[in-house]
Parts: sequence; C-alpha cells; structure tokens
Amino acid sequence: MTDPVIQTQGLTRYFGGKCALDSLTLSVPRGCVFAFVGRNGSGKSTTIRMLMGLLQATRGGARVLGYDCAILAPEARGRIGYLAEGHDLYNWMTVAQLEAFQAPFFPHWNKALFDAVIEHFGLSRSAKARHLSRGERAGLALALTLAPDPELLILDDPALGLDPLARRALLEAMVYVTRRDDRTIFFSSHLLADVERVADHIAILDQSVLRAACSVETFRRCVRQFVLQFPGRPPTLPEMPEILESFSAEREVRVTLANATQQTLSRLAELSAAPLREVPLSLEDAVISLLSRRKQRGFFLQEVAS
Amino acid sequence: MALEFHISPGGSVPIYRQITDQINHAVLAGHLQSGDALPSVRALAETLVINPNTVARAYGELVRDGVLESQQGKAVTVAPRRQKYTKAERLRRLEPALQAFVSAALLLGFTPAEIGAMVERRLAEFASRTPGKGDGRD
Repeated sequence: MTDPVIQTQGLTRYFGGKCALDSLTLSVPRGCVFAFVGRNGSGKSTTIRMLMGLLQATRGGARVLGYDCAILAPEARGRIGYLAEGHDLYNWMTVAQLEAFQAPFFPHWNKALFDAVIEHFGLSRSAKARHLSRGERAGLALALTLAPDPELLILDDPALGLDPLARRALLEAMVYVTRRDDRTIFFSSHLLADVERVADHIAILDQSVLRAACSVETFRRCVRQFVLQFPGRPPTLPEMPEILESFSAEREVRVTLANATQQTLSRLAELSAAPLREVPLSLEDAVISLLSRRKQRGFFLQEVAS
Repeated sequence: MALEFHISPGGSVPIYRQITDQINHAVLAGHLQSGDALPSVRALAETLVINPNTVARAYGELVRDGVLESQQGKAVTVAPRRQKYTKAERLRRLEPALQAFVSAALLLGFTPAEIGAMVERRLAEFASRTPGKGDGRD
C-alpha cells in the first residue's frame, strides 16, 4: 500500500456556532478514483476548501500529497488540479487568452491535452468565457485543470448543471486521466450512476459526519434489502442496530440492513412466515437508505480488514 | 468477432456483473469462440466510459471461472470449453435459474409438455449456432 494522497485527521470546521464538518478522518489512496457523496450542506465543499488551504480548520488537520493543507506551498498547489464548484472563469477572456494566462503558472503545461479537451467539448479558441454555455464552461474549466498534468485532481461537483453530453464528456476525461495509474481523482457528486461508472471508492457525509468510507463494491455488499412475509398485518420489528430503515405493507415488511451478519438474517428469518427474500439494490437506493437514518449517527461502514 | 457491450449504470446489477453476464452469454451463444480475443481492459473501459478496475475485475472473475484465459503480455482470450466444477456444484449454480424458469412457466399456464418442447427448441438453436462442439481439452 502506498502513501495516501489525502489524509485528514479529525478535520473540523465551525461557522459561528454551526458545525459544518465534524471530525473527519479520511484517507485517499494514490491511484484511485474517489467519490465524495452527501446531501447539499453536508460538508463536502467545506472539506474540499480546507484541503485546498482556502479555509482554516477549527480543529484537526489534513495533509495533501504529504503537505500540511493549512500552509500549502505554491509548489504543492501546482501538483493539484482543483476545479471549484460552479466553474468560475475570467469572463472577459477568450478560451485562448485564458490558456495563455494560466499556462505560465505551471512548470508542465500539456498544450495537446488542453486542445484535446477543448475540442472534446466543442469549444472555439476565440470564444469569450462569458458567452459559453454551462457545459462549455465546464469543459474549459476542466481543460485548464487537466493541462498542468496534476498528480491529484480535486473536483468539486464537476457535473453540476451539465447536460447529458457534457456529463459524458466529463466522465470520459476522468477515465482518460486514469491512464496513468499514479493519478488520483477526488470528486464530489450527487449523480450516483456516474459514481458507479468511474469510482473505486466512496465516502459518504451526512450532516457533517462521515458515514461510510470504503470501496464502492464493499458499500454495495454491506447495504442489503430483504422482504419478510407475514400471514396478516406485520408486527412491529424489534429494535436492531443493523436496520437502516423498514417499510410495512399489507403482508410484508421491507427492511434495509447495513453490516448484517448471518445472525441478523437468522433472527429476521425467524420472524418471517416465509424465507427471507433479498431485493437487489442499486447504488442510489443503498445511499438513500443509509442517509435516511437521521437520528443515529454512530453508524459507520468501512472496509473490513481482511 | 466484435462483441457489443451494453452497460446501464444505476440499476441493481453492478457493472462488472453486467459485463460478465454478457461475455458468458456470448460464449454460450457462440458469438465468441474459443481463442477469440477480448478488448484490452483499457480499451473496453474507455469505450464504455467506466473505471478500468471494473473491467479488470470482470475479466479476472471469468478467468477464474475458466471462461477466459489471460497470459502475461497477451490479449485476454476465450478459453477452450471445459468443465471445472463438479456435477454437484454445477447443479447448485443452475438451481436458481431453473427454479425461476419453471415457476414463471407454470405461473403463465404452460403445460409441462409445452415447457419441455420450448426447452428442446431452444437447445436445438444453440446447437446449430455453436460449431466445434467438443473442442475442449477434457
């Protein structure tokens, strides 16, 4: 196992009396595509801004590429490609002018890559940023982020507001970056089908607290749904820590479980009049189930050490 | 021969499973023959716009199951047909599909004779499409 490219330790941020991020401890291995998921306001952007040194932590800390984020040197910053939420650009410049302005800040500027991304998104070099559509702005911002050939890409909701074609172009660019297996992508998104396409790992924030950090595959294996059947009206199920949520219907109860053991399943099977039936879940269903458990914060999914 | 993959993320079937299902099906239907090369992990990942590790995992699983073969530095190819499971294990693996098929057919009101005839017809189709039967090593 190589060194993590991002490592946070109890990273915490308050805005006044409001906690925006509560003791985040997270490790992102080199060479992976890491998805950062959670509802609006759950603390994703706050985390990313602290990683980039744009916001001070109230408590705790973070290291990116081995450097302390609070005092990120320009040399370190040059090795990180950061795409801020909303694709901010200097609106009065043309595509060509933006490239000419940006390139000298970086030791390696891959002009061929910049041109390829621009072309991929169908942009003209003489177009002014102000006149670009949202998808085109995303393409331009992405080209500017990828051209310095960064070791680590940090993308804050890059798919926000993109049409399906621009979204696909973005995903293609992300898959392209993985051609080099020492390149890492850390991105936040609400689009779980996209996460499923490109991500190796997933971390889920809920109300400022980390609720899962593991491979996408492990996550899907940990969250499962079963149907219990009853002859008449279903009884109330006993309190079980593994139950994320349950729905009662006429003669059945549908339960979503996290980290269920064989013991959990036998206990549920005893209650049911018929053998438990498993309902395969999509990644989106699984994430929604995890986030629906509002009050209990102790729940956590992670890679089981093998 | 070219195999067209169709991936739909967002469903309940993981992407790697969609790939293994499609390759298994293509092999069984004779669209892929023993010795045929599959696209490289990188090429398929870029075509389908998915994480290369997902493709690698699907190929790895099929190599383990003896459906595909991979040699260092060479393309992944379709393995000669051979049986690596015991009879009991094969029965165990077939059971869920058999159960689902028989229940569905009976529920839809087909008679046992009709069901038998349908299976025979389908098997005949596969047999006519799969030349080189018995090219396995054992």
